[in-house]
Amino acid sequence: MKTWRRHTLSGYSWLMLVFLYLPIAILMLYSFNDSRINAVWSGFTWKWYISLFENRQVIQALTNSLTIGIISSVLATVLGTAASLAIKQYSLRWRTIVNGLVYLPIVIPEIMMGLAMLVLFSQIHMELGKATLIMAHVTFSMPYVMVIISARLAEMGGELEEAAQDLGATPWGTLRHVTLPLIMPGIVAGFLMSFTLSLDDFIISFFVAGPNSTTLPLYIYGLVKRGVSPEVNALSTLLIVCTVLLVIIAELFRRKDSKTITF
Amino acid sequence: MWLGALFVLPMLLIVVLSFLKRGTYGQVVYEFTLNNYFRILDPLYGQIFWDTFVVAILTTVFSILFGYPLAYYISRLERTKQQIWLLLVMIPFWINFLVRSYAWVIILRSQGVVNTILQSLGLITEPLPLLYNSGSVLLGMVYTLVPFMVLPIYVSLEQMDRRKLEAAADLGATPWKAFWHITLPMTKSGVVTGSILVFVSSIGMFIVPDVMGGAKSALIGNVIQNQFLSARDWPFGSALSIVLMLLSMLLILLYFRATKASETKEGAA
Repeated sequence: MKTWRRHTLSGYSWLMLVFLYLPIAILMLYSFNDSRINAVWSGFTWKWYISLFENRQVIQALTNSLTIGIISSVLATVLGTAASLAIKQYSLRWRTIVNGLVYLPIVIPEIMMGLAMLVLFSQIHMELGKATLIMAHVTFSMPYVMVIISARLAEMGGELEEAAQDLGATPWGTLRHVTLPLIMPGIVAGFLMSFTLSLDDFIISFFVAGPNSTTLPLYIYGLVKRGVSPEVNALSTLLIVCTVLLVIIAELFRRKDSKTITF
Repeated sequence: MWLGALFVLPMLLIVVLSFLKRGTYGQVVYEFTLNNYFRILDPLYGQIFWDTFVVAILTTVFSILFGYPLAYYISRLERTKQQIWLLLVMIPFWINFLVRSYAWVIILRSQGVVNTILQSLGLITEPLPLLYNSGSVLLGMVYTLVPFMVLPIYVSLEQMDRRKLEAAADLGATPWKAFWHITLPMTKSGVVTGSILVFVSSIGMFIVPDVMGGAKSALIGNVIQNQFLSARDWPFGSALSIVLMLLSMLLILLYFRATKASETKEGAA
């Protein structure tokens, strides 16, 4: 009786995994399908990938995505780390308030954030383009960096820093030689996470991108709207592979000598 | 601070904007008006708001039904296996919403995978209309948002005191009874957190209805997006999004209250 219950549950869970992955797998599989319109399998081909790399717009979108991703995640990581270190010094009451503020962008509907940014940029007469995209991406990924790093800081406690200061280290020295190395896995994970978020973001970018700053997801949207072409499958597959690799690497860094699962 | 400048300020701007007028060429005219809010009272928008909330609530309910058993299963595994399963659940969550909804288009469209298989098996002669209806929107929503439910429920299951279950078993409770009276109430906070995450994400969602829903199943997210990008009526778009925010906050508050109330009742009994 106990075993059948366990089997049902595990069977169900495997089914859920299939449900989560099957559509993605099918999408990836069909990026190698020779047929243009039909779902019928008509042979393996690389041609959609080849035509992608010959497409100037795709290369442009890719370059935009990478530039924006790198710049915004460096900024988000630096600002996020600094902010987490600062928050740690605050009194409990301030910390609660600031932490609430940090979680807000994570829980608010993305569309609202996109709109709000669009309105802000238009009110200060800032032309939509790479700069606005970078600012927006920093804003939505910084909270994630802060959550990861604050968790790491809390887990670490303050004893090592106190010890360093007792031994005569300057505050700057403590930060450089003690705190930063200790939270390094968190910093790297935060960086990779913001890079993933930036590379992947569609909704917010949709509102703040200018005509010459199309990113990969925006380009994919254009293709999806124009009708189904196997090139979309190929491009989506590339995006999926990049995302999955980045997430796994980020996870490995985050779990490095951290024993707790913080999801 | 950065968040203040680029997050709080723009939110306030939207509030201000919602009381202003739209000029003839889509610009914003700085004149106070309440018209944007009166316009929302039109039954047309009422219907769209209603549809949006129905979809969001159904998405939340289905996510609980589908997500809870999975989270429960993961929490019962050994540590290393838990980590692998959690990562497996998280990975789709990181993959682009747009790409994931589009994957369903390949499967469900009239020349898609399902219809092709059914036709080649000779079960149907005409393709079934699987896409571009409210069912496909709901499917897409649950599919993209269910990881949001699994993770918080897993966390609360993980933090639960298992000794209470042993005690219940010692006192003669069947596993089902123990689950119903102990596990479920004790993991309510995870369910509440997950529900809020799923609900909030689905009310603002415009990608899934845009890609999988077709013209008839537009939700409020699509309307807002339209007001900003096509109709260029920013004040009205702002008013719509503020009403959406307020209504959803109200619903979340009610949900919080309801679950809190039943918790205290449980405690008293």
